[in-house]
Amino acid sequence: MQFSSLDQLKERLRLDRLPHLWCPGCGNGIITQAFLRAVISLDIDPDRLVIVSGIGCSSRVVEYLDFDTVHTAHGRAIPLATGIKLARPSLKAVVLAGDGDIAAIGGNHFIHAARRNIDITVIIFNNFNYGMTGGQYSPLTPQNEKAATAMKGHVEPPFDIHDLARGAGATYIARSTTWHALNLPALIAGGMEHEGFSVIEVIAGCHVNYGKRNQRETAVKMLQWQKEHFLPLDRFKVLNTREKKGRLPIGLLYSESRPEFTAHYRRVYRMGRQET
Amino acid sequence: MLQPHAKGSVTLMQGNRACAEAALAANMRFFAGYPITPSSEIADFLSTALPEKGGIFIQMEDEIASMAAVIGASLAGAKAMTATSGPGFTLMQELIGYAALCEIPCVIVNVQRGGPSTGLPTSPAQGDVMQCKWGSHGDYPIIVLAPSSVSETFDLTIRAFNLSEALRTPVILLSDEIVGHLYERIMLPQRDDIRLAARRAPSEPMPGSYRPYAVRNPREVPIIPDLGTGFHFHATGLIHDEEGFPTRDPQQAAALITRLHEKINCRKREICQVEKRRVDDAAVLLCSFGATARSCFQVVKDAREQGEKIGGINIKTLWPFPDFVFRELPPGVETIVVCEMNQGQIIGEVERAVCGRIKVKAVNDSSGTMMAPGEISSAVFKS
Repeated sequence: MQFSSLDQLKERLRLDRLPHLWCPGCGNGIITQAFLRAVISLDIDPDRLVIVSGIGCSSRVVEYLDFDTVHTAHGRAIPLATGIKLARPSLKAVVLAGDGDIAAIGGNHFIHAARRNIDITVIIFNNFNYGMTGGQYSPLTPQNEKAATAMKGHVEPPFDIHDLARGAGATYIARSTTWHALNLPALIAGGMEHEGFSVIEVIAGCHVNYGKRNQRETAVKMLQWQKEHFLPLDRFKVLNTREKKGRLPIGLLYSESRPEFTAHYRRVYRMGRQET
Repeated sequence: MLQPHAKGSVTLMQGNRACAEAALAANMRFFAGYPITPSSEIADFLSTALPEKGGIFIQMEDEIASMAAVIGASLAGAKAMTATSGPGFTLMQELIGYAALCEIPCVIVNVQRGGPSTGLPTSPAQGDVMQCKWGSHGDYPIIVLAPSSVSETFDLTIRAFNLSEALRTPVILLSDEIVGHLYERIMLPQRDDIRLAARRAPSEPMPGSYRPYAVRNPREVPIIPDLGTGFHFHATGLIHDEEGFPTRDPQQAAALITRLHEKINCRKREICQVEKRRVDDAAVLLCSFGATARSCFQVVKDAREQGEKIGGINIKTLWPFPDFVFRELPPGVETIVVCEMNQGQIIGEVERAVCGRIKVKAVNDSSGTMMAPGEISSAVFKS
């Protein structure tokens, strides 16, 4: 993938909406940059891309992106994008939202969109907590880690969003971190090119609300933790069980080809060519 | 599928079917819903009929998702609707507020059944009048139309789409189990006689300079582009400025909420419809809406034959409430009897409108059975 220039990135940003509201050292900017690099590398018509988000720190990203953007209610980005995609299949639909938004309040929508295999790309900004409201635990908070609502360590086990997406029927599942930022644009571009429901989980650092309770109180410590705990799939595979504990693989974890919902619906009802 | 719109025809039709047929006649091309009685027939019919018209039907995972999909489709330019009943309507409230704030046209059909909670599936009630008005949090206006017959269901469904598209607001068609499941004679209008309002679109893309929520005066309806038309429009459930971006400016916040209300309120007289019968010389007025209005009109007819000075009002537009109708009643009206299948909801609006000048009495029924004419006449004439 050719590395896009700063000027190219700026062309896709609503510069008048900056500065953004994220804390210094937040991982969200790295993911935003990677997303834009993916969009530029695919040479997507900026008038044909709709970006939908939910509620939370990461969901505010859409305000800064110069496309058609919809900032929906908490958890509702995926079903709203489903309506957009079904009504105008020629539009490219991307959902950008956080771990609480996608896995908790929007969890039901997530699994059903995966089951349908509708052509939507979901990028999950996973910072393990609800940053905007002060650092409460989310369904992706690791067990025993601390949060504003779990000061003795989180009692519940988390979802593995990869397993959840795969079980539900997603056909492209990738994971990366903000430390492994260089791999990220290609993984996102792969998801956007994939015809079907694609999920890219990105581990993002929130040292302000999450790290401070878990001995990772600086942005650097958050990144170091990501570097130590996530490794490429091929290297992860050769680890023994003890070495795998506490670590997760990154990269393209799963992909398959299965009829995409919007196209399949139109075939079943003999609706002919998709409108433009 | 009936082809009623090429030329007018008389037929026997169910209320829910009339709603679905009218929606197709209004060029509705996107339906998302979740199964619930007594609204199921609407989804059942549209699941086959919509794709034949090039439209999309989808059964979502719940009513929250249904409302989200409807909003997404509408933002993308489709006339969109959903249909539900009490428990589902409750789940839809979250995004009805979103549609009201972001000014996204959509039609929500609520075929009322007994509540609260799972209530009485599937018996009639009229307990959702206030939920329609106040169901989502915050201070927003809404338009609610209540049909009392199969024929009115057809007409008001068309009207719901027209008001929704022209004013860029969610519109609720508040039916009930009786009207929804009733089969009766309907004269379907000729296609040419159906007048449809089109959503206004900006003439050409002006990237970077377009202010979708800007209006020249607060009564105007903003011209908001559909997604995918080159405007790079931003929709948000946050209080927004004229460009559509979040603002915390007190003046802009106040201006937005005031404008949303003014958009509906300044058109109250054109939005509000009531059907009056024998009102001119009446001393007693029976006031109702939906299925109960049918019983009221029967009482008016029967009592008039007995020489009683009685009239009736069928409120077809519940919200905004047509209070001017009640303020402008003939001076001879001494008593208004408000009949509703609940413990008293629209009566509060009638009392507010007449402001103590006319005696207001209530006939309420929460039995899950239709309020029969006899029930009303004995309540009116025994005292």
